[in-house]
Amino acid sequence: MKVFVTAALNIDLTHEVWECSNCNHNLGPARGNYKTGLLVQERLPQDIHAPILDQEKYDFTFAPDADWCRILEYCCPNCGHLAEVEYLPPGHPPAFDIELDIDALKAQWAEREPLTAAVLGPDVTPLTHTH
Amino acid sequence: MGNDMDISNASPSAAAKFLSETNLYLAPDPEIMNNHGLERRTAYEDQCIAKENDPVRLEIVRERLLAGVNESYDMLENMGAAPGAKWGDCVSAVYTASGDLSLASSGGVVIFCNLVQYPIKFINKYWTGDTSVGVKQGDVFIVNDARYGQAHNTDQSMMMPVFHDGALVAWAGATVHEGENGAIEPGGMPSLAEQIWDEGLKMSPFKVAENYQLRRDLVTFLQNSVREPKLQYSDMKVKMYVCRRIETRIHEAIAEYGVEAVVASLRMNLEDTDAEVRRRLQEWPDGTVRHAWWTDGTLRENVQIKINLEMTKKGDELILDYRGSSPEFTNRSNNSLDVTVKGMLAQLFLTFLWPDIPRNQGVLAPMTFIFDNPSVLKPGFGTPSAQSMMTVFTAWSAAQVAVMKFIYSNPHKYTRVVAPWFNMINTFLFGGLTQHGEMVGNVCADINGMGGGALADRDGQHGCAPIFATMSDLGEQEFIEEEVPFIQIVSKKMMTDNQGFGAHRGGMGYQMILAMRDSPAFGFMLTAMGAKFPNVPGLFGGYGCPTYPLARIQNIDVFDILKTNPGSFRYSIEELMNERPFADAVYSTHPMFLGYTLAQRGELYMIAQGTGGGFGDPLDRKPEDVMRDMDEKLISHDVAWRIYRVVYDKTTLRVDSEATKAARDEARRERIARSKPYKDFVADWVKSKPSAKVPYYGSWDDRTMVHAGSPDKLHPAAQVNPPVVMANPLQVKIDKLQAELAALHGAKGRA
Repeated sequence: MKVFVTAALNIDLTHEVWECSNCNHNLGPARGNYKTGLLVQERLPQDIHAPILDQEKYDFTFAPDADWCRILEYCCPNCGHLAEVEYLPPGHPPAFDIELDIDALKAQWAEREPLTAAVLGPDVTPLTHTH
Repeated sequence: MGNDMDISNASPSAAAKFLSETNLYLAPDPEIMNNHGLERRTAYEDQCIAKENDPVRLEIVRERLLAGVNESYDMLENMGAAPGAKWGDCVSAVYTASGDLSLASSGGVVIFCNLVQYPIKFINKYWTGDTSVGVKQGDVFIVNDARYGQAHNTDQSMMMPVFHDGALVAWAGATVHEGENGAIEPGGMPSLAEQIWDEGLKMSPFKVAENYQLRRDLVTFLQNSVREPKLQYSDMKVKMYVCRRIETRIHEAIAEYGVEAVVASLRMNLEDTDAEVRRRLQEWPDGTVRHAWWTDGTLRENVQIKINLEMTKKGDELILDYRGSSPEFTNRSNNSLDVTVKGMLAQLFLTFLWPDIPRNQGVLAPMTFIFDNPSVLKPGFGTPSAQSMMTVFTAWSAAQVAVMKFIYSNPHKYTRVVAPWFNMINTFLFGGLTQHGEMVGNVCADINGMGGGALADRDGQHGCAPIFATMSDLGEQEFIEEEVPFIQIVSKKMMTDNQGFGAHRGGMGYQMILAMRDSPAFGFMLTAMGAKFPNVPGLFGGYGCPTYPLARIQNIDVFDILKTNPGSFRYSIEELMNERPFADAVYSTHPMFLGYTLAQRGELYMIAQGTGGGFGDPLDRKPEDVMRDMDEKLISHDVAWRIYRVVYDKTTLRVDSEATKAARDEARRERIARSKPYKDFVADWVKSKPSAKVPYYGSWDDRTMVHAGSPDKLHPAAQVNPPVVMANPLQVKIDKLQAELAALHGAKGRA
């Protein structure tokens, strides 16, 4: 049974492993940090958020300051799908961000119908706004 | 003779009476302020519930009361004089007799009314039995001091006890972000406040009206203490009559259903909400989600401030542990009281997660909050907090990310998962003399124009709503300009590439270009973070927002330019700043904080509202969606290729699907080739302490230890000694200049 933990990461409860939701690649034990099964690269923030104002002329340009901020991109080693993006000060330890109680998760899903895709939730259509 | 100093035989009640009568100063009561949960059921509530416990009947009563509260909210929004009232930064509510928030208006700001529970409980505890004060029908109390229970001192709340047959059965309350409060800077949110006494009015809860009449002596005192005496008076009247309308509707409900049904309904509304929230928490997976984020300043200087969250859910309880966050800044206003954090989080759960459950404080009852005491999220009693938004909004966003990581897998959802909403007040505060000769000090409604986060199946909405008031408005710019002496020459125009990239992009922020005219003395200030470190991330592979500066063009009069040479004007920040079309002008950029500064006629102040975070890998974004953004000038050709890897005809915007697929496949291969396995990466990347280039505050790799401004100033959390005291930025600048002067003099051989 699969649990769709994020839009990019599933847990296979039967085998207790994280896997890429795009290609089902095994990313390691579900009781551990999914990041250990991914590839990481550091990006300078201006490579993503490029300066909108001329950086030759101005100190503040709409691009983050690389002395303050770096961007870590985590991707699946098999398909290259981006699973997580983390903004950190340079050198700050990445977060062990999702640590689930797998035994409790198994017990919880033993009572549930298996899903084939994540449930989006209720839809809302905004009413037309007039003055 | 006995020993008259021996009180060992005195009765406990006599000792308590003595102590209560000899208390020198009734500061905020920790017993009240540290309890965000529900008060115990009173004996009278038990009696009422024993008699009235049919859920259907109680729901009918609840809806009846809610209709009255919503009616009162409409009054507040339509009659309120403060810009905050006009655009929805206000709220009205009903509280139980014990002071618990039971029914908030459907529109408005939940945090405001969540916090009003505290001053009501203070009044109940201290003023009811005090013969010099008392609580009677027709009384109205007022409060604005955040330490007694407000989001920040710029808000003012009024509270009215509701009696039936001589017994207190409920409280009515109304709150407005009033703005001006006599602080060291106009507008009520003083960045310059270094002491709590710089923050303006410090109203502990006190009685300001009797027999439904405002006491003119007290009103005059308050008017005399602020820059907008007209606003102070008019909105006190409005809030009092809003409370009175709620009182009327409660009395009508009592007449129709009986007092027991009304009291039981108010109490069961809380208990039912608590039970339902616990049921919903059971649906989440058990576990821990961790998320840290950083703000980049105090509003006086750029420093890196960590907000650290570890959210643990087990069974039907949720623990929000903010330990490891930055130490408090003892002479800066960016600290946030813990009650403010809790109140903001009520907003998260009641409007972003479970908007279908009643808006009351029962939502927080199953939750536990942990802070380092003191810290930036639980500052000491004498530490300023007038600009609490600078840290509480980051604390809110950290929780939003954590909650979304908990609920994505849930088979039953009550709203959709959403990427982080933009969270900062990218707007102008203003103050001075208007074109009508009135003194004002307040905030522009553009505070409400924060971009929405992206969803799993759609883009976020542009300039949608602030995180603290999901049903607020931006107002009509032309209407605003009739009241204040400045014009937004460019207003509500989307800014190209100001986007949170993702498979679905965040809702974007718009740009504002404004200039003052028609006033001999008028100025602006800015109070926002995020010029060096972005304010929000994306979700599940999406990116966050960019950073935001203030751009200024001085030494021009744009009104003369528009009259004599209109063709030289450019209608975007990017064009004005990069092309520099005005020959003698001075162009500059700054962080998004600016102390109150008198403006010259026609000089330009320019900022952009922020964008919400993106959702998912940008390489998964549908090419036609990228082209729609191109067509709407939301992104440039550079972003269409560099971020989204779409191949298309630049003239017709026709997509080459095969070439796009090939380019994206290649981009993913390049991504893999450039990346390292996590363990190898971490071995190279992680440093033992923060860089010396940036003043750093908060934990690094161990949340029990926090840095206090440098890599080597490391203290146990909550035991930072000496406490953080920031230097005056002007003095820092003077010292630097004097050092340079001394060096120059030394080079010339002068002493």
